[in-house]
Amino acid sequence: MTFTAPALAGSFEDAVAKFANDDFSDTDEAISAVAASGNPLAFPIISALKEERLSADPDTKKVFVTGTYGKVIDAATGAAVDKLPENAAPVRLNNRLRRAVDAALGSLTLLSTDPAKRIAAAQSVFKSHEESALAVIDDALAKETNKAVKAAFAEARAAILLYKSDATEVEKLEAVAIVKAKGDQEAMALLTGLPSDQPPNVARAVTSAMASIQSNLAMWSMVQNAWYGLSLGSVLLLAAIGLAITFGVMGVINMAHGEMVMLGAYTTFVVQEVIRTRYPGLFDYSLLIAVPLAFLVAGAVGVLIERGIIRFLYGRPLETLLATWGLSLVLQQAVRTAFGPTNREVGNPSWMSGAFELGQITITYNRLWILCFTLAIFVILLAMLRYTALGLEMRAVTQNRRMAASMGIATSRVDALTFGLGSGIAGIAGVALSQIDNVSPNLGQSYIIDSFMVVVFGGVGNLWGTLVGAFTLGIANKFLEPVAGAVLGKIAILVLIILFIQKRPRGLFALKGRAVEA
Amino acid sequence: MNAMETRTTSAILYLDGVHVSFDGFHAINNLSLTLEPGEMRAIIGPNGAGKTTMMDIITGKTKPDEGVVLFDGTTDLTRLDETRIAELGIGRKFQKPTVFESQTVQDNLLLALNVDHSVRGTLFWRGNKAESERIDKVLETIRLTDARHRLAGSLSHGQKQWLEIGMLLAQDPKVLLVDEPVAGMTDVETHLTAELLKEINRNHTVMVVEHDMTFVRELGVKVTCLHEGTVLAEGTIDQVSSNERVIEVYLGR
Amino acid sequence: MTPHVLTRSLDRSATIFILIVAGLGILIPLSNLLLPAGSMFQVPTYLVALWGKYVCYAILALSIDLIWGYCGILSLGHGAFFALGGYAMGMYLMRQIGSRGVYGNPVLPDFMVFLNWPELPWYWYGFDMFWFAALMVFVVPGLLAFLFGWFAFRSRVTGVYLSIITQAMTYALLLGFFRNDFGFGGNNGLTDFKDILGFNVQAEGTRCALFFLSCAALIGAFLICRAVVSSKLGKVLLAIRDAESRTRFLGYRVESYKLFVFTLSACMAGVAGALYVPQVGIINPSEFSPGNSIEAVIWVAVGGRGTLVGAALGAVVVNYAKTFFTSGPLAPYWLFMLGALFILVTLLLPKGIIGTFNTWWDQRKIELGNGAAASAAREDGAAPKPNPAE
Repeated sequence: MTFTAPALAGSFEDAVAKFANDDFSDTDEAISAVAASGNPLAFPIISALKEERLSADPDTKKVFVTGTYGKVIDAATGAAVDKLPENAAPVRLNNRLRRAVDAALGSLTLLSTDPAKRIAAAQSVFKSHEESALAVIDDALAKETNKAVKAAFAEARAAILLYKSDATEVEKLEAVAIVKAKGDQEAMALLTGLPSDQPPNVARAVTSAMASIQSNLAMWSMVQNAWYGLSLGSVLLLAAIGLAITFGVMGVINMAHGEMVMLGAYTTFVVQEVIRTRYPGLFDYSLLIAVPLAFLVAGAVGVLIERGIIRFLYGRPLETLLATWGLSLVLQQAVRTAFGPTNREVGNPSWMSGAFELGQITITYNRLWILCFTLAIFVILLAMLRYTALGLEMRAVTQNRRMAASMGIATSRVDALTFGLGSGIAGIAGVALSQIDNVSPNLGQSYIIDSFMVVVFGGVGNLWGTLVGAFTLGIANKFLEPVAGAVLGKIAILVLIILFIQKRPRGLFALKGRAVEA
Repeated sequence: MNAMETRTTSAILYLDGVHVSFDGFHAINNLSLTLEPGEMRAIIGPNGAGKTTMMDIITGKTKPDEGVVLFDGTTDLTRLDETRIAELGIGRKFQKPTVFESQTVQDNLLLALNVDHSVRGTLFWRGNKAESERIDKVLETIRLTDARHRLAGSLSHGQKQWLEIGMLLAQDPKVLLVDEPVAGMTDVETHLTAELLKEINRNHTVMVVEHDMTFVRELGVKVTCLHEGTVLAEGTIDQVSSNERVIEVYLGR
Repeated sequence: MTPHVLTRSLDRSATIFILIVAGLGILIPLSNLLLPAGSMFQVPTYLVALWGKYVCYAILALSIDLIWGYCGILSLGHGAFFALGGYAMGMYLMRQIGSRGVYGNPVLPDFMVFLNWPELPWYWYGFDMFWFAALMVFVVPGLLAFLFGWFAFRSRVTGVYLSIITQAMTYALLLGFFRNDFGFGGNNGLTDFKDILGFNVQAEGTRCALFFLSCAALIGAFLICRAVVSSKLGKVLLAIRDAESRTRFLGYRVESYKLFVFTLSACMAGVAGALYVPQVGIINPSEFSPGNSIEAVIWVAVGGRGTLVGAALGAVVVNYAKTFFTSGPLAPYWLFMLGALFILVTLLLPKGIIGTFNTWWDQRKIELGNGAAASAAREDGAAPKPNPAE
């Protein structure tokens, strides 16, 4: 097989003509010859073959490529043709030929100028491990300078050698080592599919490589679950953290908490809408603008709720629960009336779209950002409670209302601000959640039970408990999911929490003492 | 501290080496105290001395971290819950009067009677003469006969205190723990309450927590002063009130 | 001095209530069956079914009032017991379809044939017999309530914590029943019923009979509730509601009382669900949705909790309003109204309609001069005094 030498025009045309014989072995030869020809038409022809756009006229032995837009060209010359001859039929393929086509396409793109394409081509060769590509790979490997591409080529070469019946034992052993080092699902599939008639040394090496890949894969799947768990945990924390203030610190059951989150998400939508129509250049900053606005909107609504409803119900938690539930219905319906019942489109800014690979797992930027964002909010809130005057007053009022009042703290102002703070944080959560969830009037409802579970599980009145609770539940959920399935996993978690609450009614980080029972 | 050795104590209530801490705060610290059958004991001490927590421990509301709490010399109270302890015969009156406000005075007493407290027993309960006579008697003792049909919530503060004492009487426990019975009462009411408690003490063991020294003096019983969760002094009212440490931490100079 | 159980449990408002329900239970079916269609006084069949639905809701409301109004247990998951009772009845009705289903399988319900299930799962056995299904209507919700309560009350989960975990309970069931492999028809639920005890469920006669039975069940449930709350056990329940730990110190095993009344209430909710299903013709997982359970609580709050009559009244009033508004031009505003109802009732009418009326009535009596007797007569109706937060 010669690749570098320019093929004669006549032999290319002969090779193309073989497609018209409607004979699988002729087609096979044609594929190899065309792929090796170096002719610029080779790629369009082979890819057309793959997609059944290559047709042949059995009478004239002419072969045609139909373009994706219906333009037809003569495959041998590249000249445009008005339309397909009437008796032209697509060139048929069987499974063996399909592999040959893939391998040929792989080798054709192995020499692409784009490194990403070269890697993709190498990967497809790895999968097909077609012997015919070996020469091309060897050749390309020698010329390659890019490290990543070189590694991909080496892996592809190893795959071919492993399946090549006349490769030496040494070559095969080397190949096993390379595949083992690759260590992913594909490497596993490659080794699993290997014919069993291997020399004993190679067979042993393969078995041990498979075991090693297996444990490697198990490890990565753990890492993946842990990452998904952290990601879910950050979403739970985000939804629950405002509740940790209103329910945890103030003891107010706010069933409309989810609607504060929803308001934050809709604020994001409105901000993006304005930016899209007026200042398209600012789109990447839309979330930065939405965060303070969402805080203000949800916080203001929170203050209104506290002043208008909740302050009349202090000390009557069950009534508060009912009134705020009613409020959540009103808010949902109000948003439904204003924005319609369907999902609204909230876009990801460029810095939040895309993903990167870490080992064998893919981490999307939006999930990563949400995790960082959540932790940042947590730290800010913690610092605020500890170091600011409002935080101090807040803690004073919740610990001993009468004492705080007699020391000159305006308790009702503190109540309103605390509730506003909790609601505002829920609003900020809405900005983040708008990036990964559907923005609809029901957005909040889907989080309310989970958020309460997190706060109750973590222990009321303890922000750290909320943090640990959220991540524990998130990770537990993601580790249960592969075993039990998504829904059953969630049910299992709910049942476990119900049992847990009964064991420790005051959560993981419970406060002890006489005051608790009051 | 070995519970086995103390089984033979004659005390009806026996606390030894009891410790309780809440998040690092030592509410009760090596507390030891005994109450003999038929005795009335007054407990005094500054706020936070652990008086109420001690009652919580005896009645099973709080579990001690360590120490021995025995009832009648044999029963380990730390293993039992409130209901079981109440059934054994330890009654409690709370600092803040807690009566069942939405029910009548008479029903409050009816609920307190130490008759069958099981679900089935109350579901198929039919009143009988003995019960109503007991209720009548208690009503008379606590001077609320005229108010028997009033809602407990509509009573004055002092009447509520008495109603609660009356509930203790109806419960007829072996030991009564009474937490600040005269808080918020007028002088006359205080005096009557002291009389009432002395009356009760004739056939019950009583432990009274009180700040009002006049009242304690009027009771004329052995006094224990608690401070920082442990016994500071014990003796007659005169002995205790002349104790230097008691004066320093509690009574003031 | 010690009034007899029966005379006590039937005071005047209770008697009036029973007479009204009994009257409706007899008159509505009679007018539907005997009067000619189109006559002014003839109640059309669709209205019989609609009112039958309200009556079932009233039973559910009674069951909630029994635990919330008298024992202070706010269950936000009572819809789950209602739905379980409904599913038990639905399973019986499904088995009655027999080979008349779309796929004509004599044993397997259509959805199982559709899912290629080879045979009936074990938990569907027995539901072809009415007596078994009728038993399960009590047993399944009762058992769940017993297990749930056994765990919850023993570990002293109270107040809002209990409310939240009951909510989680019904949510978990919602997720479960949505799944096809649970074997209860997935999100379509059970429907296309043909007949019950051999009578066509769609027939006028059957509908009237079901309506009559629902009214009878409502009266029965009411009498049971009255008997419970007017016994000494009822006083213990009030004591637990108002001062739980005080009740413990008197030597009552609070958890046993709560467990008893919670389980009883769940059984009643189950019966309500079982009567509901044949009248509306479908049961699906949305009955488990947490919102439904909370809505049922507001019926009780509107009518007046701790009054029983008020609970039933509230269920009918709110649901009538729902039907009225959601079918008219005001439909988009119904959720606003429902939401506002939650807020306004808790803020302005905490005793509900009947509770407020009772207070006003007592007040009037006092003004008329026989005050002491009036306030004493009312002992179970008083709303609990809020405990100030500490």
